[in-house]
Amino acid sequence: MSVEIPAVCVEGIEKSFGSLSVLKGLGLTAHSGDVVTLIGSSGSGKSTFLRCINLLEQPDGGTITINGELVRTRQDRNGKWQPADRRQVERIRSKVGMVFQNFNLWPHMTVLQNIVEAPVHVLKIPRQQAEEEAHALLRKVGLADKPGHYPSQLSGGQQQRAAIARTLAMKPRLLLFDEPTSALDPELVGEVLRVIRQLAEEGNTMIIVTHEMQFAREVSSEIMFLHQGRVEEKGAPEIIFKEAKSARLRQFLARAAGGPGAD
Amino acid sequence: MELIQLSMPLLLSGLLLTLKISIFAVVIGFFIGLGLAIARISGSFMLAAFSQGYSSVFRGTPLMVQLFLFYYGLGQLSFIRDSALAWWVIGDGVRCAILVLALNSAAYTSEILRGGFMSVPKGALEAARACGMSKWLQFRRIEFPIAMRQALPAYGNEVILTLKGSSLASTIAVLEITGHAKRLMSQTFAVIEVFAMAGAIYLFINVVMIVLLRLTERSLMRHMAA
Repeated sequence: MSVEIPAVCVEGIEKSFGSLSVLKGLGLTAHSGDVVTLIGSSGSGKSTFLRCINLLEQPDGGTITINGELVRTRQDRNGKWQPADRRQVERIRSKVGMVFQNFNLWPHMTVLQNIVEAPVHVLKIPRQQAEEEAHALLRKVGLADKPGHYPSQLSGGQQQRAAIARTLAMKPRLLLFDEPTSALDPELVGEVLRVIRQLAEEGNTMIIVTHEMQFAREVSSEIMFLHQGRVEEKGAPEIIFKEAKSARLRQFLARAAGGPGAD
Repeated sequence: MELIQLSMPLLLSGLLLTLKISIFAVVIGFFIGLGLAIARISGSFMLAAFSQGYSSVFRGTPLMVQLFLFYYGLGQLSFIRDSALAWWVIGDGVRCAILVLALNSAAYTSEILRGGFMSVPKGALEAARACGMSKWLQFRRIEFPIAMRQALPAYGNEVILTLKGSSLASTIAVLEITGHAKRLMSQTFAVIEVFAMAGAIYLFINVVMIVLLRLTERSLMRHMAA
């Protein structure tokens, strides 16, 4: 084993909403180039867990280390955990890209403006350079002819591909995908998965929450099955899909295979 | 014809004052209103309560009552008269009218902008946070521009109402369009002619304003076109 620093190392994450405990000590380690997929039924906590990694949700406990940098936290007067240093959180977020279920493009900006916004204003890249890179990214996601379009003028699949380009424009070290195809019409899922698959093949480090089991099986280096805020089982795709130990996981996979969205 | 020759120059000189009062009131009112709207959605109980109270008081009382309270009411108080700055504002009809109109417009503007802020999609803000934007950058680049676009039609209305509200400055002896019209009326007794001209001038400015607002709206709302 080398002593390489993991791209992301998350340990003992806990999160409650009111009296409802959603995450009960979840952890995850991903090295550079790993593709970790989180699966599980709705309510298992997989999206919340993903959102904790870039602190869109503030966990109530646990540690998050990105590229060896520990996110410092402190407790406020009410005993709630808060980031100790906003600047650190902002800096880390700028290196961790997030792709959302509902795309979340900025509606008042064109596709090109969406893509260059954060590189220009957060990373302070010269606009011209950012625009050149944006055009290259648009070609990569198959939207070379759409830089001047507004999000409302695009299909769901095109919006999600634009959102992926926006995320890539920050040159993130880690990519988080929160059910990237769940809001799409079935015929548009393929075009988005193709882009994500390409990113996996290029060696990006990614954590993906998805219901697309066949896709998870093909791109993942590791699959984690969550159940009620805990890791029920994890392992390489072949093991998860062929030799799952957990009865719950086998049942979940059988149901997923029978339902829509399965291969 | 003679009447027009006599009245028009006076009414047009009043137009300049009407524009001055309205522009200052709208600009100052916008920034106070923006502050109040942010206070309202800040999540702080004290700030929100203040903003709500302010808005209730200024929306719940007639503009003319506010104008009299400030001009005649505050003007009687000795500490206002003794304070150079306060008296500079309150002691002068035009400046007092600007202040009251601005404070009044701020109340309505705050409600309009609050609606705009509440309509900003949560996901758009989340995406801004997720790529490392600071609170201020998020506000400046994402939250405010989206809110303003939502609020624009209602805000345009508020601008027009403020311009028309400026006619009440005539009640505290300010000679803007309506002030001159009143004076001309008592000199010439040509009520219909004078006020028809005054009305036509207001109509003209407002039509120009409506066109400008429509153009702004069109250029800012391109993203809504299918």
